[in-house]
Formats: sequence, C-alpha cells, structure tokens
Amino acid sequence: MKTLILNMLAKSIAALQDRVSKLDRQKLIRNIMLPLSAFFIFLLLWDGAASHIDTSLGKLPGPVQVWQQATNLVAEHERERDKESAFYLRQEKRNAIKLEADPDAEVKIRPYTGKPTFFDQILTSLGTVFAGFMLGIIIAIPVGIVTGLNQSVYRAINPIVQILKPVSPLAWLPIVTMVVSAVYVSDAPFFAKSFVTSAFTVMLCCLWPTLINTAVGVSSVNKDLINVSKVLRLGWFTHVWKIVLPSSVPMIFTGLRLSLSIGWMVLIAAEMLAQNPGLGKFVWDEFQNGSSNSLGRIMVAVFAIGIIGFALDWMMLMLQKKVSWDKTAVLR
Amino acid sequence: MSKDHLSIDHVSMEFPLPAGGAFKALDSVNIKIKKGEFVSLIGHSGCGKSTVLNIVAGLYQASAGGVILDGLEVNEPAPDRAVVFQNHSLLPWLTAYQNVELAVKQVFKKQKSKAETREWIEHNLRLVHMDHAMNKRPDELSGGMKQRVGIARALAMQPKVLLMDEPFGALDALTRAHMQDSLMEIQAELKNTVIMITHDVDEAVLLSDRIVMMTNGPAATIGEVLEIDLARPRERVTMADTPEYNHYRAQVLKFLYERQRNPEARHAGGSSDIGKKPQAEAGATQADAATHAENQAAA
Repeated sequence: MKTLILNMLAKSIAALQDRVSKLDRQKLIRNIMLPLSAFFIFLLLWDGAASHIDTSLGKLPGPVQVWQQATNLVAEHERERDKESAFYLRQEKRNAIKLEADPDAEVKIRPYTGKPTFFDQILTSLGTVFAGFMLGIIIAIPVGIVTGLNQSVYRAINPIVQILKPVSPLAWLPIVTMVVSAVYVSDAPFFAKSFVTSAFTVMLCCLWPTLINTAVGVSSVNKDLINVSKVLRLGWFTHVWKIVLPSSVPMIFTGLRLSLSIGWMVLIAAEMLAQNPGLGKFVWDEFQNGSSNSLGRIMVAVFAIGIIGFALDWMMLMLQKKVSWDKTAVLR
Repeated sequence: MSKDHLSIDHVSMEFPLPAGGAFKALDSVNIKIKKGEFVSLIGHSGCGKSTVLNIVAGLYQASAGGVILDGLEVNEPAPDRAVVFQNHSLLPWLTAYQNVELAVKQVFKKQKSKAETREWIEHNLRLVHMDHAMNKRPDELSGGMKQRVGIARALAMQPKVLLMDEPFGALDALTRAHMQDSLMEIQAELKNTVIMITHDVDEAVLLSDRIVMMTNGPAATIGEVLEIDLARPRERVTMADTPEYNHYRAQVLKFLYERQRNPEARHAGGSSDIGKKPQAEAGATQADAATHAENQAAA
C-alpha cells in the first residue's frame, strides 16, 4: 500500500516537473506560488491562534500536532490491516491442520471484526454519499424535466418543493430512522440499516437543487428551438432527448454539483447524530473519547472532509466537461 | 377556388392583453397563393408580418378566418410547412449534417433506407453549397453559412410551402446578396411555394412573383399587392438598369414611405430609413401581447 502510494506520488511529481518546465515563470508564480504562500500564512495564523487557546482537552492542536495525528492514523490503519491478515492466516493454518487430520472436517472462516479505522470510515462515507446522491438524482432529474416542461405540474409541485427544500437533515433523520426500521425488514438484509438510513437522509436533502435547476433549465430552452421541434412534430421523447436535455445540461450540472456538496455535508451530520458508520461517527467517537489526541484527530477528519468534498466537486466538473457539448464554455 | 394551393382566408388575430381586453394585430388578411409561387410580405416592423407567417406555420391560431393548404385546414405546425427562422435556429450541439438529419429522419421516418437518407441529407447540403462543412457545428460557421444550413434543413423536409421569416435580415449586405442568388438558383430548380417576410425592398422585387404590402398595425391588413412581371433568371446587376425593375421598386417604396409612412419617421422629421424600429409604444404593446399569448399557450 505504502509503496504503491509512494510510487504514484513520485510519478505525479515527475509529471509536474515536466509541466513546470513548459510553463513560464509568471504562470508558475501565479498558479502555484500564490496559493502556496496563502496556505502557509493560513498555517501560521492557525498555529499562532491555537497556542493561545486552552481547552479541557489541552491546547488546541496546531498544524504540527495535526500532522502527527494524521501519520498516527495511517499507522493505526496499517497495524489494523496487519492484524486482519494475521487473523485470516491463523484461521487458514488451523483449517489446514484440521483438514490434514480429517479430510471431511467442516472448516469455517470467521470474518474479522476489528474496529474500523479512519480510512475504513472514509470509504463507508463515500459509498453512502454516492448511494444517496444516485437515489436523489434518479428521482430529481425526471421530476425536474416534467416540472420544467409543464406549467401545471410546476404550479402543483412548487409549494411542496419550496417547503421541503430548507428542511435540515437533522430534522429528517429521526423520521427516516423510524421509517427504515419499520419498512426495511429482512432476515438477511443486503444493506445495513444504518447505511439505508444515512443514504435516504442524504437523498432527501440533495434532491432539491438538482430538481429545481433541472426544472429551470428545461423551462428556459430557447423558444426558436422549441418551434423547430413543433414544426418537425418531434415526439415527446425525441423532443426531450434531442432538444431539451442538451440545452439544459449546464443548469442540470449546476444542480448536480450543489446536490453532491450538500449531500456530503448532510452525510457527516447524519452519521454523527445517528451513530451510523462513517466519518461523522469517527468525529463523534473522538469527541466522546476525550483524550489529549482527540482534537487533533478530529481536525484531521475536518481536513479529510474538506479535501474529499473538493475532490467530489472537481469530479463533477470533469464529468460536466466530458458531457457538455459546448467545449468553449468556461467552467469553474 | 380549388386551384389555389394555399389560401390565407380572412385571417384576423387578436392577442389578449394582460390588463384585459385584446390587441388586434391582424384584420382580415386575405391571400391566395398558387403552387410554385414566390410571395413576399413587406411592411414596417410591428405590422404583423411575422404573425401571418406564424399562423400559416400553425404556431399561432388565428382568432378569425383560417389557412387552407391543398384543401385541408391548417391548425398545427407540421413539416409540410417548413420554416426558415431569422436567427437560423440550428441546434448548437449538432453538426450541420446532424441538424439536417434530425429533420430528415423525422419527416421520412421509415420511407428511406440508410443510404438514401444519407444521400438526401448530402444532396440538400450540396444544394446550399454547404457540403464542405457538413461536420461543423453551428458555432464554427459564419452567419450566412448557418442560414444556409437552416435553409437546407427546411428544403430537406420537402415542404409544400416554405416559410421564411426575414431569412437574411441578420446578415451583412454582401452575404445577403450571395444568399439571395443562391435562393434564386434553388428556386429555379425546385420551384417551391414560398412565403418570405422581408424588410428589404430590393430583395422583395428581385426574388418575388408577387409582393404583398401590409399596412401599419394595429389591425394591420393588406394594403396593396404588386405582381412582379420580370423574366427569370433575374440578374442583380442588369436589373439595376431595367426600367421595369426600378418601376416596381419605386412602387413599393412609395407604398412604404408615402402611403404607410413609418410612424417613427414622422417624429424624426421625415428621415425615413428602412431599418428603423417602429414607434416605441405600438411595438411594445404588440411585443407584450405576443409574449402574453405565448405564456398562455405554454400554460
């Protein structure tokens, strides 16, 4: 794992050097030095402020302590993985011995049930946000298209959307939890209940920006293009597919990006409150743990949440660039 | 009656006003058009030329009277009345070829094989001299080229009537002249029935078999009809020296600037210019009424 990451890092540094040699100095200063120096000033201010704040868990951690905690978390993760593989190795050995003595013996492999590490929690959170977001857009885009095309549907749906849109995830959570426990009953559930609860809460909150932006995009298609469609007598589906959707792609993506970032924020809150596995639970556990390292570890989580949110938005932007027909549009 | 190909029969149009009441844009417009005839509608801005065209296209419903094409009443848009819009209205995400293809596939659905479809699309693009840029998107084409593709798309539908709404209005004078020549060339070959809206007196006289001159709105109607009895093919440069041509031209100008003076020109002290905007209030009420009517239609 470590060597893989190091290899990737080395490769990307080499690629960066290659690009840097092509850039001129001014560009280098503007694109790299400026943000870097701003970040450095931020670290200085943080460090200065942190050393003056005493909490019941000791001093507020500065950049150095947070970095130490980050390396700690990586080390913990690796220890946990070693333990896991050792656990499976032991079982295999035991089973092999058993089978040697009696070829018909029944052998079992018990799953490892160690504590999820920081990185496990990140993966859980990513999976949950993705599921909730997908559920959300599967509903939001079609409903948005119908709403945008039909004034009557728009008038009918608009008040409901406007009322449900500002509701906080924390208000949804108890309802979703109760409903999921009541409705999602199965002897061998494919998804954990906590996963379903979190995903549905994310869905309920990230539905609205996509729905509203899709509706607005669809209803503001150029009148002349609609006339073309009328003269050609395009069927409903062809009209939507060939004319409405391509012209509303920019608005739909604005909605999708808003939805995904809201979904990510909502998920952390939902996990914290509901004690559902994920980054939110990690933060809450550390807060309850109250050791002298806790604040530092929470700050690592804060940075991780921020960086992942940024990366998710960047991924949507790249997807938009790929899907959008207007390659000259400036996207940011 | 039966020999009339297209009959615009006492068409009136009222747009409901937001404040109540109605704005009467057209009053009893009556035109009979023979097959293969090229008719221009000319008049000052805001006189309802586009409204007439939109009613023939089926995009608007006349409040009184109606349009009959080959014995059938027109009451919705259809590809047999293809429209060339002023601002080309190509789908910006499709190439020139794909824009025409969308129309061809829709109109001829299963009647043409793949190869025939391809040949027909390319044929129409060749007709407007755009076969060299088939795979370019509209934003890679100049204004005139976009309009050529727009015309190719309309022609490819094999319409009974070709409706052109100021097709060259947004182009510069030189490009416009090229486009007019191309259109005459195509017209000589295909002999379509065409209704064209224009602001341009020379364009009207050069291209048309008949010019329908409209009075100023509100309640605009047909002021005069002028038969243009000039032999084809018409050559732009020789026409300028032809007395008949200049006579026709003068008649249209007289109608526009003496009998139906641009209302704005009266205020501006008589400096009459063809491109002038109409009187502000009249233009605004009609525009308002039109948008209102569109909103109603959308609802």
